Amino acid sequence: MSTLLSEQSRTEIDAWIAKYPPEQKQSAVMGALKIVQEANGGYLTTELMDAVAEYLEMAPIAVYEVATFYSMYELKPVGKHKICVCTNISCMLCGSDDIVAHLKQKLNIGFGETTADNKFSLKEVECLGACGGAPMMQIGKTYYENLTSEKIDDILSQLD
Amino acid sequence: MVTIEIDGKSYQAEAGQMLIELTDNNGIDIPRFCYHKKLSVAANCRMCLVEVEKAPKPLPACATPIMDGMKVFTRSEKALIAQKSVMEFLLINHPLDCPICDQGGECELQDVAVGYGKDLSRYQEGKRVVFDKNIGPLIATEMTRCIHCTRCVRFGQEISGIQELGATGRGEHTEIGTYIEQSLSSELSGNIIDLCPVGALTSKPFRFKARAWEMQQAETIAPHDAVGSNLYVHLRSKQLMRVAPKENEAVNEVWISDRDRFSYEGLTADDRLTTPMIKQDGNWQETDWETALAFASENLKKLESNNIGALASATATIEELYLLQKFMRGIGSQNIDHRLRQVDFSDQNDAPLFPYLGQAIADLENSDAALIIGSHLRKEQPLLNHRLRKASLNGAKIMLFNPIDYDFNFKIAEKIITTTWVKNLAGIAKALLETEATLLPAKMQELLAEVEITEQQRAIATVLSATQKGTILLGNLATAHPQFADIRSLAAIIAKLSGANFGYCGESCNTSGAWLAGALPHRTAGGKPVEKAGLDAQAMLTQGLKGYILLGLEPELDNWNGVAALNSLKQAEFVVSLTAYKTAAIEEYANVILPISLFAETSGTYVNVEGNWQSFKGIIPPPGEARPAWKILRVLGNLFELEDFEYTSSNEVSEELSEIIGDKLANNKMGWQIPEKLETQEAEGIQRITEMPIYSVDALVRRADALQNTIDAKITKTAHINAKLANQLNVNETSYVQVKQDEIMFTLAVTINDQLPDNAVLIYAGQNATAGWHGQVELSATTEGQT
Ligand code: SF4
Ligand code: FES
Ligand code: FES
Repeated sequence: MSTLLSEQSRTEIDAWIAKYPPEQKQSAVMGALKIVQEANGGYLTTELMDAVAEYLEMAPIAVYEVATFYSMYELKPVGKHKICVCTNISCMLCGSDDIVAHLKQKLNIGFGETTADNKFSLKEVECLGACGGAPMMQIGKTYYENLTSEKIDDILSQLD
Repeated sequence: MVTIEIDGKSYQAEAGQMLIELTDNNGIDIPRFCYHKKLSVAANCRMCLVEVEKAPKPLPACATPIMDGMKVFTRSEKALIAQKSVMEFLLINHPLDCPICDQGGECELQDVAVGYGKDLSRYQEGKRVVFDKNIGPLIATEMTRCIHCTRCVRFGQEISGIQELGATGRGEHTEIGTYIEQSLSSELSGNIIDLCPVGALTSKPFRFKARAWEMQQAETIAPHDAVGSNLYVHLRSKQLMRVAPKENEAVNEVWISDRDRFSYEGLTADDRLTTPMIKQDGNWQETDWETALAFASENLKKLESNNIGALASATATIEELYLLQKFMRGIGSQNIDHRLRQVDFSDQNDAPLFPYLGQAIADLENSDAALIIGSHLRKEQPLLNHRLRKASLNGAKIMLFNPIDYDFNFKIAEKIITTTWVKNLAGIAKALLETEATLLPAKMQELLAEVEITEQQRAIATVLSATQKGTILLGNLATAHPQFADIRSLAAIIAKLSGANFGYCGESCNTSGAWLAGALPHRTAGGKPVEKAGLDAQAMLTQGLKGYILLGLEPELDNWNGVAALNSLKQAEFVVSLTAYKTAAIEEYANVILPISLFAETSGTYVNVEGNWQSFKGIIPPPGEARPAWKILRVLGNLFELEDFEYTSSNEVSEELSEIIGDKLANNKMGWQIPEKLETQEAEGIQRITEMPIYSVDALVRRADALQNTIDAKITKTAHINAKLANQLNVNETSYVQVKQDEIMFTLAVTINDQLPDNAVLIYAGQNATAGWHGQVELSATTEGQT
């Protein structure tokens, strides 16, 4: 058994596995990837995904599929704060283009990039289910809605 | 049964059947990309949309279950508009450069676009580009052309049983691939070439060699494994360009193995022999047929007939094998055999008519349990393995008895991994006796008295005695074992006690045919015993005869003991080889070499493991002066003035044989065969295990370049030992071991393979001539080059 998964991670994954019928261990893959990503400082490596595959008795490619599909998983190191901006239809209609332009200019990075001080990463995501508050973004576990440039300046200045 | 109406006509159908199954069965065209009858329904391409009365939106025919009274319109305005729109969406990201695509002319996307699409593109924006992937030597990729139907992905999950391709990313960024670069390892991988509706996955060896419309199609039978897959070959001006499956539900369904698909490359190998040659005073010279055959017969006539032996490959046709044995028996010799990979012949008189599967191939799917004894079935007989995989997915318990813990692509219920065969099989038999109240002959009781039952043995016995449709299968590792007779009788006893079917996995494409044709020293055609049996394949080589006739063989690679085979041949006075290739070894030991036709170049018949006779025609001319072996043997018969050797077609030969066989059927049910004694000793020291690997089984496939570059071919060059033994020997994957066996020494690189037991080394057959396939060996660390 791969030693890449810490005792702690394995206990947490086991809690997810316990929620599903025993022959459907792979149902725990999303939970497991999240646990492993957090334990690894916010991103996944191929080795870690392979370890999850082995632990859940899945084909590695099936784990890669999940990890590359959902925008909450990172496959490269990210900054301390990951800014996920929704550009899906509702947000787009409500001006997400301007929000994106402002963020890019302010942080001087593009999508998929991280600021030189490793503080911020910028990511384009699909609908986060908060269309009522469009345009919106997510940083960490917090949703920020009805964004304007000023609001963004304010939010970012409060993050250390 | 329910009644539905499609385009105004009424049809009877099973309720719940998908609409597309019914339309397909009735010749109603519905376009599709993702649907495939052998794969699960994904319904992701939306090309199959049709109008259904009362449904507000068009419905996908592949995922719409039939209901009574349904009215379906496949060509209504609503349906046509839907189909047109889907087509337009699909083409948004698909390059419109069919002239430079290998699939052009036989592309489902192209065909459906012509039939159901618009004639103009309205799309002006940039198209998506996806980088190609290297997924190995067999399959070329052009991933920009992929339409994400996921047939190839579902094939991995559902059919080949190893998920290697997947859909990574999301939306527009979705890509089909392996994510990290790797070669596909499935022995059935080539089928995704047929499955892929576009030019994203195509055959690498065939790539850009010919266009679909330049080629003609002909039918034939696959020349390697015991299944006898039905094939189409595609030809361009008498040259074989590629091979594809021909559907036959009872044999290969719609699949073929990679071996059957890509071995044709060996037809045009550089060492192909194209003229008869004779050796005079140590010099080889090309000559004509007349001279060569006269030379052969004159010299053979000088030898006493029982000092001549014939060895044949079971890839020869039944006609060739029949004529070879007729010739040998005509000149007065019973020394003929095709069982080159067997060494224990002690029970040959009790063997069945031929090594029969014991049931129809398709019936394997209905097994509820199976015990595979001595077989790397996935690589030996990929499509038999596929049938058992289906059984396993339906809940059957498949169990293994093997010397190596091979990877299987389905769940293994129980297994015993051992180099001590007899003792373990006896344990299973004894465990069965505890539960099955059968009267076993006293002798057997006696033999089993000493045997102790282990937990694993009991577990296997328990599964077997609980089944209704159990199967015991003997594989090639069992046939090649020095205690084959004991293994066979114990396997038969286990089958008898548990009420299971007893069968053989089969070996070559015509192993069954070779038995039926009488290419055996103890039985003539139709399985008729001969008065005094001739020498078996090993005896012919160990006793050393003066003359040999070889048919389609490379004895140093094909025989159980390659070194011994070579030595005897070199010492013989006269060796005639009917061969398709000219190798250094042949030049050394042979005196006449006669070029023969190969796969697709000759007419003939193969009999598969279920006893199915499948005949085929010659499709392409053999190169140069090469001739079908049956014609050569006929002329040899004439030169010896043998009776009844006037055949004008291969048909006449097989008709003669089938008359001799009459209505004899294979039957594996034997009476009790009790071994004299049970060799229950644990094997001592390090035991050699030998496997004939998938891409070395015969001369043709050994020369198929692309197959020789697969992972399966590359792992065969080394000695495999487990980590524990490697530690003891102080070697690792960068070092070499010297193998000493029966006074023969050779050096091999090391592969650490923890599928092996502690006391064993796996050395592959068909690579270089080495000593016998079994027995004790000494291993020691060495440096390269030292032998
Ligand atoms: S590669 Fe071919 S078979 Fe696989 S998803 Fe793409 S189009 Fe379908
Ligand atoms: S579209 Fe942005 S949250 Fe739904
Ligand atoms: S064939 Fe029906 S949706 Fe693809």
